[in-house]
Amino acid sequence: MLHFQKWKLILVFGIVLAGFIFAIPNLFPSSSLQGLPSWFPHKQVNLGLDLQGGAHLLYRIDDKELVDDWLGTIRGDVREGLRSNRIGYTDLSQNVAGRSVSVRIRKPDDMDKAYTELKKQSVPVGGDVFGGFAGNNLEVTRDADKITLTVTEVGLTDRINSAIQASIETIRRRIDAFGTTEPSIQREGRNRILVQVPGVTDVQRLKSLIGETGKLEFKMVDSTVNAAEVEVSKKVPPGDELLYSSDDPPVPYVLKDRVLVSGENLVDAQPGFDSRTGEPVVTFRFDAAGAKRFGRATQENVGLPFAIVLDNKVISAPVIREPILGGTGQISGNFTVQEANDLSVLLRSGALPAKLTVIEERTVGASLGADSIESGKKAAIAGLLLVVLFMFAAYGLFGFFANLALLVNIALIFAVLSLIGATLTLPGIAGIVLVIGIAVDANVLINERIREEKRAGKSPIAAIDSGYSRALITIIDSNVTTLIAVLVLFWLGSGPIRGFAVTLTIGVLASMFTAVTVTRMMIAYWLRWTRPKELPI
Amino acid sequence: MFRGITFIPADTKIDFVGQRAVTWFVSAFLTVVPLILVATIGLNMGIDFQGGTLIEVKTKESPANLADIRGKVSGLGLGEVQIQEFGEPDEVLIRIASQPTEEEQQESIARVKNALGDSVEYRRTEIVGPTISGELIAGGTLAVVVAMIGIMIYVWFRFEWQFSVAAVASLVHDVTATIGLYALLQLEFNVSSIAAILTIIGYSLNDKVVIFDRIRENLRKYKRMPLKNLLDLSINEMLSRAILTHVTTLLAMMPFLFFGGEAIYGFALAMCFGIIVGAYSSIFVASPMQLILGVQREAFSPRAAARANP
Repeated sequence: MLHFQKWKLILVFGIVLAGFIFAIPNLFPSSSLQGLPSWFPHKQVNLGLDLQGGAHLLYRIDDKELVDDWLGTIRGDVREGLRSNRIGYTDLSQNVAGRSVSVRIRKPDDMDKAYTELKKQSVPVGGDVFGGFAGNNLEVTRDADKITLTVTEVGLTDRINSAIQASIETIRRRIDAFGTTEPSIQREGRNRILVQVPGVTDVQRLKSLIGETGKLEFKMVDSTVNAAEVEVSKKVPPGDELLYSSDDPPVPYVLKDRVLVSGENLVDAQPGFDSRTGEPVVTFRFDAAGAKRFGRATQENVGLPFAIVLDNKVISAPVIREPILGGTGQISGNFTVQEANDLSVLLRSGALPAKLTVIEERTVGASLGADSIESGKKAAIAGLLLVVLFMFAAYGLFGFFANLALLVNIALIFAVLSLIGATLTLPGIAGIVLVIGIAVDANVLINERIREEKRAGKSPIAAIDSGYSRALITIIDSNVTTLIAVLVLFWLGSGPIRGFAVTLTIGVLASMFTAVTVTRMMIAYWLRWTRPKELPI
Repeated sequence: MFRGITFIPADTKIDFVGQRAVTWFVSAFLTVVPLILVATIGLNMGIDFQGGTLIEVKTKESPANLADIRGKVSGLGLGEVQIQEFGEPDEVLIRIASQPTEEEQQESIARVKNALGDSVEYRRTEIVGPTISGELIAGGTLAVVVAMIGIMIYVWFRFEWQFSVAAVASLVHDVTATIGLYALLQLEFNVSSIAAILTIIGYSLNDKVVIFDRIRENLRKYKRMPLKNLLDLSINEMLSRAILTHVTTLLAMMPFLFFGGEAIYGFALAMCFGIIVGAYSSIFVASPMQLILGVQREAFSPRAAARANP
């Protein structure tokens, strides 16, 4: 009991020392840490969004729109495939609910040829790291004169996967341009993306920047009809579409369906000012293919208006004064400087593959976060002081030992949280306080046991020895059950709740070390120095 | 030298199990009444489980003009709107019922901000869509059930099935009593409430395991003592520890009720309540249940013999 092996002693002392060293940076404001020597640990506990303020946005990608777009592409491919093989067809249609495209072949003789041709559309997807593949993207079936191409589950999953990937990259580019620190953007489940941005103040702007699809299209205005009349009569000429501007009230435009050039051909977009009027504009540059198409379109339509359309809203509809052959241009639309800036970010980052919808949003302002830290700190310190006083009142010197171990425990919690880069949340602070209760419980169990053994007439050393060894079984059993509940909490929770589970887990594990091993060593050394005839407990 | 105060004398002999005619009634009351409360007045479901929008604002003037805010927000036609003071006189919580679609929900928040303008500071905004609220209900229920099953298995493995059944029965008691508190005080029931319940489960079980441990030890030690006396002896022996532990945890937790701020108040209150209820059920539910379930002493004897003569 009184003698520990040297390596054990060194190990325990080392852990305690390391705990304090790695916990210390949390006592300083992060600015003053810069001045410390480089060998000194700098890592601090990350504060959760509820403490430092920020936005938690959970987006869902629109599956239906993805399928819709895809069916449109398949339809185009079917048309192309049959035409190039000179196969007559009819009734080419898509069924969104059934996720399929079907077509009827005019001549029965063409059926085999058509089937072979359309079968080419079905390709393997979803290959894994082992090189195997999960299945084909489309299932092609024939029935009398009808051929149906149905989207498979594997194909859809593959589509969603790549759409999510692309969306995450696009969102990252957009948020980076927003200039905030360390955003976290990650996939959640099948079709969701979680975006967490600490310290952001203008959430409305952030949301509009992320959520905007950013699909840019250049289309010709149909100047043979009057947009206002079409709006009233609802008779849109075939091959045309009726769109509105983003003004208030919205101005109607009748545009030709065909897209001259789209945002995919953009290589750059920058905010700037018009050289003549001085108003904020966005200047853009096309790639070679885009420049060629835009050049030809403007050449053919000098004097006619065309429209710049973003996400089906007309931004502006200028008249082509002269052919634009250089592949660069500018968009003006009564922007403010910030709007011009955001639009250029949107164009540079590329379009999202499908619409994103916010299904959960939690935003905390910086001032509320600061208030929460303040009140959390106050409550935690008050709780700690009460416990320390009470332990000393209940057990005297042995309570004092338990209190020292408690401080080590708290230092270890902060050290581990800092090292693994875990996040401290307001419930997490409450978790630390709960750990104080649990850690002290271990010492209460031990001390009560020592009292019992002492009453049973055992010598000081024997009483302490059996006090520790008997209480240990109880401590382990009771802590394991607590951990079961906490692990479930970790698995269930997100954000603040998960932070609570993490601090509680670390704390409970650390408490088994501090409350048992650390106090035991302290008491052993005290016994060796003082050699008491009777335990003061 | 100061030895510390002995709060509970070592020779305390309270006839706990003997009071079981009364305490069964109390326990049944604590288990059944909450269910009635939930069925009649219902839980004050937060937006986590109901979907909806929550906006916490701080007004420039103090106290806040609730009528003015109510007038501005309820004129927007967003359905049910709740406006209440939140902690401080200049802090206001606005709750808007769930809108039919996620887009409309986004729209609703923009309209509220438009209506209130810059007259207030927006401290917190939470929007939970209908998809998420459904998942949170399912997840929360599942978590409580999984935790119970996990604990049941562990206790069964470490003790005997009687202990496991007694533990889970008393945990159900603690959980319903805590839910009853939420219903009675109309505290907001949300994801942190589930966290509080799971923590109470973990903490309260901790306490039960400590007493079970002593019962097991005494079953080995006193082979001929009637079970009722043995249970009372075990509880009395652990009484000092139980009181000290619960008082320290309460002391640690209670400051959160006073300084922790509104955000953590409900959680802290549920925890404090759970600590007390858990302490009660360890003594008056988990232990006396052994009498009904009939613990088999033989289950512990072979190992007990081995321990007695090491």
